[in-house]
Parts: sequence; C-alpha cells; structure tokens
Amino acid sequence: MKFGVVTFPGSNCDYDSYMVIKDQLKKDVEFIWHKDSDVSGLDCIILPGGFSYGDYLRTGAIARYSPVMGSVIEYANNGGLVIGICNGFQILLECGLLPGAMLRNRSLQFICKHVYLRCDNNETPFSNRLNVGDVLKIPIAHTDGNYYWYQADLEELECNRQIVFRYCTATGEVTDKANPNGSVNNIAGICNKTRNVFGMMPHPERASEALLGSADGLGIFQSIVAYAASGVTA
Amino acid sequence: MSQKSKKVVCHISLKDGVLDPQGVTIRNALAQLGFDDVVEVRSGKVFELTFKPEVTNDVRAKSEEICRRVLANPVIETFGVEES
Repeated sequence: MKFGVVTFPGSNCDYDSYMVIKDQLKKDVEFIWHKDSDVSGLDCIILPGGFSYGDYLRTGAIARYSPVMGSVIEYANNGGLVIGICNGFQILLECGLLPGAMLRNRSLQFICKHVYLRCDNNETPFSNRLNVGDVLKIPIAHTDGNYYWYQADLEELECNRQIVFRYCTATGEVTDKANPNGSVNNIAGICNKTRNVFGMMPHPERASEALLGSADGLGIFQSIVAYAASGVTA
Repeated sequence: MSQKSKKVVCHISLKDGVLDPQGVTIRNALAQLGFDDVVEVRSGKVFELTFKPEVTNDVRAKSEEICRRVLANPVIETFGVEES
C-alpha cells in the first residue's frame, strides 16, 4: 500500500504525515508537489495541514485551484481515498469534495491545544479501527476551524452518518464548553456520502506516538491501512 | 489615444444568518466607545480589479465569474460588482 502526501507552498505538516506513514505504519509514502498532477499508483492521498498559499483570500481558496487538485478531485470521484487534515480539510471544503465551509473561530483566536474527540461513526475507511464512543486526545492548531453548514443540510449530514468526529469532554460528552471553535453540532471531522473522502480539523499526525503526548491519532491511519488491506473499494 | 483601463469593485459579504465573529467583536468595541446606537456590524471584503486597457467588453460578466469561482465562497458569502 502506498500513500501520497501533497505539498503546497505553505504546507507545514507534510513531513509529520510522511513520518507517521513511514516510521509508525512502515508503509510506502511519497510527496506530491502541488504543481504535479500524477497521482497514479497511490492507495490514499493526504492533504496535510499548514497555510497553503499563505491562506490569503480564504483558507484553502487558492490551493483548491492548484494543478494537483484537479487530479485529486478526479481521484476522489473515482473512489480513491483522500484525507484532509486541518488546512487539508479546508481545501476539501473549498473544492466541494466535502460539504460546508469554515468560519473564523468564535473566539477569533488561533487555538493550539489538545482537545477531545468522540468517534460517532466507525464504519468508514478512516475510523474502522475505532469504536463508536471512543474518545481521542488530539491537538488542534487553527484560526478558521468553525465548521458551518446550513441547518437543513446538517440534518442530512446526520442522517447519512457523515459526522465521524465531534468535539467532546474527556469523558465523551458533547457539550458547548468542549467545543473549541464554535463548529455547528461540535463537528470536528466529516466524510462524504460515499465515505472515501474525509476531513478533520484536529491533527492525528501530531498525536501518533506516545513521545508526542498522545498516540490516539494513530488509529485513524491504521484504519486506512486496514481498509486498504481488506480490498474493498469505497 | 490610449484607452483607460476599466476598473471593477467587487464587494463580498457574508450571507444573512451566517455567524460573523469579527462583526460581533467590532460591534462590541463600538458600544464600548460610546457608539451604542449601532446594533449590528457585518464584516466583508472589497476587491478592486483593474483590467487590461484593451478589455472593454464583458467586464461585468468576467468580474462576476471571478467572484463566483474565487473571491467569494458561495456556501457562506454573496457578492456584488460595481463598474467604476
């Protein structure tokens, strides 16, 4: 199995993601430069965190028109696995692979801290190694992570079980106090209807070994590997 | 005689009902400064596009497409264009 990590100008979590795949999962991984458009031979594409193109205009708004994204969109539309982390999630929203948009955090502040996430759906390629109700401790680091989607469409998102992670307390309660940025319904991570595209604001690649304070994020990457090994396509 | 470049001003604003944390903060600051007759502030963005001098047609349509595809996120924002 082979992963690809896209590097945009301003990506700063591409190496973190690369190292998790290579050192923790012991899987093949290569970088994909934003000007390249060849994504053949990959089993999963990671859009990493950072500040692509300086996040000028809006987060992810410029990156979504970079040459590589045309190939990523085609790859996703053909059922390929794509995970967007933080800025990667913002890019997936901007290009329409995932529904919704990001607003500025309700505090208007850049927030960098560990938060708790509750797994609400483990029947996805990105969460199959978790149990529903599992609480993961994973850091966030963003200014624009206040997920927004129309009320009527949120119900559809809920019905389709597209909400994979929600911000919660250490004991798994989904409360307003545990919501760091104001996201509707405490949404921290969602997938598309067909389950092959997934985005989350917290950084599992920064929480994939105990030395970094938490290894709770590793389960997400292990899920992708388990899914690919099962040979089922999304 | 050289043609004058066309300029278009694009106004981007948040859709009604979309939370505007920046607007709320600015409104609170205004109240603190004594401007307490302002009940709401909605923030937005303004972009001024200058076209090549030879471009005289479809400036409005081109600007609208630029707004739709790049300058505004249609999920949360609306836009208006104004030729100057």
